[in-house]
Amino acid sequence: MLEQILMIIALGLVGIGTLLVIIGAFGLIRMPDVYSRIHAAGVIDTGGTALILLGLCLYSGWNLVTVKLVVIGVFLAFTSPISGHAIALVAHDRKIDAEGVDETRSYSSKKAGK
Amino acid sequence: MTVLLVSIAALGVAIVIALVRVVLGPTAFDRVLAVNSIGTIIILGIALHGFIMERPEFIDIAILYAILNFIGTFAVLKLFSTGKLS
Repeated sequence: MLEQILMIIALGLVGIGTLLVIIGAFGLIRMPDVYSRIHAAGVIDTGGTALILLGLCLYSGWNLVTVKLVVIGVFLAFTSPISGHAIALVAHDRKIDAEGVDETRSYSSKKAGK
Repeated sequence: MTVLLVSIAALGVAIVIALVRVVLGPTAFDRVLAVNSIGTIIILGIALHGFIMERPEFIDIAILYAILNFIGTFAVLKLFSTGKLS
């Protein structure tokens, strides 16, 4: 009985994580500029990976595979925000405009004006 | 088991959707971001594939993929920001 409840919880977590991955992928093509797309990719990197790996941990039971899944989860939880931050930093450094930014403050209109 | 099969198929659909952004992203940073997301989805897909095939040793390959994804993103970003990799 407990095994079945645990299996239902595990598969539910995997399903919700997959739904979050699909939502993040849609945000990746629907969002208007680089910075907001980083926000959409963050849904994949945090919600999707955390829920799917947690669900697989419960699915596998308690053995060495669980430890490896936790290692993947911790590694992704540390590296994904660093990647997003670095992409935003370099994009701002190379003067990529955000969508809907003020005319006087945008990089492209300054370049065109002067 | 059926849930895992549906889940890995949905992850494939998500990869195709992100690949659209790789093809038509206006700047190079959109492409880097989408490739990074595809790498993350592939890590999840490898882990799920190991459980579907009932051979969870595939998780080791997923760890390797996570490290390669991180290093690759940073190599491309360093090339963009400084113009050289050395």
